[in-house]
Amino acid sequence: MVSLDAKVLNHQSLNQQIKSAGEEIELDNVLGQRFIAAGVSDKSIEIHGTPGNALGAYLNGAVINVYGNAQDAVGDTMNSGQINVFGNIGDAAGYAMRGGRIFVLGNAGYRAGIHMKAYKEHIPVMIIGGKAGSFLGEYQAGGIIIVLGLSDDDSDIVSNFPCTGMHGGRMYLRSKCEGIHFPHQVTAKTADHEDIDDIRGYVTEFCEIFGYDAEEILDADFTVITPDSRNPYQQMYVAN
Amino acid sequence: MPVNYMLPEFEVERSDYRCIRCRVCERQCSNGVHRYDIDGDVILSDEYKCVDCQRCVCLCPTHALKIKKNEASLRENFNWKQNTILEIYKQANTGGVLLSSMGNPEPFPVYWDKILINASQVTNPSIDPLREPMETRVFLGKKPHDITRDENGNINTELPPQIELELPVMFSAMSYGSISYNAHKSLATAAEALGICYNTGEGGLHEDFYQYGKNTIVQVASGRFGVYKDYLEAGAAIEIKMGQGAKPGIGGHLPGAKVQADVSKTRMIPEGSDAISPAPHHDIYSIEDLRQLVFSLKEATDYKKPVIVKVAAVHNIAAIASGIARSGADIIAIDGFRGGTGAAPTRIRDNVGIPIELALAAVDKRLRDEGIRQNVSLVVGGSVRSASDVVKAIALGADACYIATSALLALGCHLCRTCQSGKCNWGIATQDPELVKRLNPETGKERLINLLTAWKHEIKEMMGLMGINSIEALRGNRLMLRGVGLNEKELEILGISHAGE
Repeated sequence: MVSLDAKVLNHQSLNQQIKSAGEEIELDNVLGQRFIAAGVSDKSIEIHGTPGNALGAYLNGAVINVYGNAQDAVGDTMNSGQINVFGNIGDAAGYAMRGGRIFVLGNAGYRAGIHMKAYKEHIPVMIIGGKAGSFLGEYQAGGIIIVLGLSDDDSDIVSNFPCTGMHGGRMYLRSKCEGIHFPHQVTAKTADHEDIDDIRGYVTEFCEIFGYDAEEILDADFTVITPDSRNPYQQMYVAN
Repeated sequence: MPVNYMLPEFEVERSDYRCIRCRVCERQCSNGVHRYDIDGDVILSDEYKCVDCQRCVCLCPTHALKIKKNEASLRENFNWKQNTILEIYKQANTGGVLLSSMGNPEPFPVYWDKILINASQVTNPSIDPLREPMETRVFLGKKPHDITRDENGNINTELPPQIELELPVMFSAMSYGSISYNAHKSLATAAEALGICYNTGEGGLHEDFYQYGKNTIVQVASGRFGVYKDYLEAGAAIEIKMGQGAKPGIGGHLPGAKVQADVSKTRMIPEGSDAISPAPHHDIYSIEDLRQLVFSLKEATDYKKPVIVKVAAVHNIAAIASGIARSGADIIAIDGFRGGTGAAPTRIRDNVGIPIELALAAVDKRLRDEGIRQNVSLVVGGSVRSASDVVKAIALGADACYIATSALLALGCHLCRTCQSGKCNWGIATQDPELVKRLNPETGKERLINLLTAWKHEIKEMMGLMGINSIEALRGNRLMLRGVGLNEKELEILGISHAGE
C-alpha cells in the first residue's frame, strides 16, 4: 500500500502520483481535488477526506473507497469498477455509467443515475443507502438504481420528478412511495418476491461493505419502477 | 381510405419508348415507388412515395426516367406557399412534429456569396503555386502567449497538444447510426490519406476504425454513447458536443429501429432501445461546469489530447465563445444554422441559429479584443461548400473548416433531405445492409480524396493570387475580403469594407 498526502497537491499532480503509484493506494488529507482516478483501471484506492467533483470519472475497473463525503459527478461515465462512499454524495452521480457499482452509505443529491445505461454483460448498479434528491434516474436507459431510505428523518425516499425520461433499466425504492408522483411512461408497482430476488445479491454486497443485515433491509415494502417502452418518442414525428 | 389531402411533390416521367422493362428502378427504390405490372407489361409509379433522390434516374440503363417537380400544384399564393399548406395537412393528419434532414433549405442570405476575395496587381506580386512552395498545413490547439526561455537561454518549444492537418479542412461529426458503416469507412480512410481528421459524432467508434485513430476526432455528447477510456485515447482530439447548427438547443434522438446489433455495440447501449442525447449536458450549467468536463477528459487522457468544444452559432455567440476560451478548451468549433443533420425538427432547422459567417467574424473579433485569441483555435462549419468558402472563412478568422454535407455529396448524396427515414438509396444514411452495400468504401474514399485534393489546389491558387504563401498569413486577414450588396451593419459585423473601398 502506497500512502500519498494530498494536502499540498492539485488535481493534476495528485492524479499523476496515483497513476504512477502501485496498485494499492491510500490518499490522506484529500480536500476537494477533482477528477481523482479519472479513467483508472486495476487499482484500489482508499480516500480519507473529501474528494472533489468527478471522482472516478470514466473509471475503468478501479475500486475506490471514500471515508467521508464525495461531491458532484461521482463516477461520471463510469465503465467498470466500484466506488463505495461512506458518507453522502452530491449531484449527478453515475452520469451515463454503463457498468460497475456505486454504493453510497448516506444520501445522494439531484440527478443520481442520470442517463444510466446497460450494455451486454455490463449492468451498472447504484445503491443509495439514504435518500435521493430530485430527478433520480432521469433518462435512465439501463442498469439498476436502488434507494434504501435507511436514514431516520421522515422525508420522502426520493424528492421530485423521479424517472423523468426513463426508457430502460429498473429502479427500486424501499418505500410504498405513497404521494410520490411518477411520470406517465413508467409503471411503478410493489415489488414481488422475484423482483426482490433480482437485487438480493447487490443488496447483500452493499450490506457487507457498510455493516447492515441484508435480510432485515429486504424484509420491507419496495416499489419497483420500469419503463413502459424503450421507444418513448416513436409516435412524436411526421416525415417532412 | 380517408383522404389525406396530400399532393405528390414529384412526378416520375418515364419514356415508354426508352424503357426496356428491366425493372432496375423497381429494385433500386427502397421507397417502393416503382412497380412492374405483368398484365400490362408496364412499370407503374406511386409518386407519393418518391423523395427525389435520383437513384432510379442515375441507374436507369436507357435513361428513360426523369423525376420532376410535380407541376400539378395548389393555387399559387405567396403567403400560403404550397409547402406551408402541405405541412399543415401533414400535422393535421398525424399530430406529429415535422421532422426533416440535412441543412436549412430556406432562402436566407448566404454571406459567403456576398464576399469577394482580393488579388494582387502590379505593386504586390502574386505567387505561382505551381512553382513556389505554398503552406496549407495548420496546427489546431492552444498557442503560447509569449516566447519563454529556459535557464540556458533556449526557447521552450513544448506546446500544448495540437492537431496537425495537411489542409485546413476536416470532416465534421456524423455518427455511426446516422450514417452507415461504409460511409464512416470512406471518411476514415480518406482522412488518413489526406492527413486530416474525420469525426465520430456521438455514436461511439466502431472497433474496425480504431486503426485510423490519429485521424479521428472522438465526440462526447450528453448521452455519452460509447465513451470510455480506450475511445477517449483512440483519437487525435476529443470534442464535447454542446450544440449543433441544424438543431441548436435540442438534442439527438436515434430511434430504436436504427439501433441494430453493430450500432448498439458501438454506442454501448441495448439493441432496439432509443438512443437519447438531450440538448443539455445535465452536469453543465456554467462555464465552470464546462471546465469540469474539459478537465475530466484531460485528466483521463493525461493531457495528451486537445479538447474541442462544439457549439451552434446562436445569438451572443461571441460571449459564449469567450467563456469557452476560458474553460480550458483548446479548440472551439462553431456550427452555423445551415449545417446538416440526419434528422431535425423542421421548425428548428429552419428558424433557429445564425449564419456561420457572422458568428465567426464576431467570435474572432471578440477573442482578439479580449487578448485570448491564442487560447483557442477556431473551427467553423455549417455549410462550407467550396474552396472559396474555406478561403473566406480563414480570412474572416477561422483556423480550419468542418465539412459534412460537401463530403456526403462527394459520396453520392443527392440532398433529398430524407435521412430520417433510414432508407437512403445511396447507402449513406441507412443501416439496411442491402442499402449500405451500395456505397463502396474504396470508391467513397477516392471521391473524398479527389474532392479535397481539388480544393487544396484551389486554396493554393487563391492564396497565391493574394500574394500569400501560408494559411498562417491568411488567417484573420480581413483586408483580403470585400462585401458586395451588404448593409453597413453587416459589413461592421463581418469586419470588412465594401467592394470599391
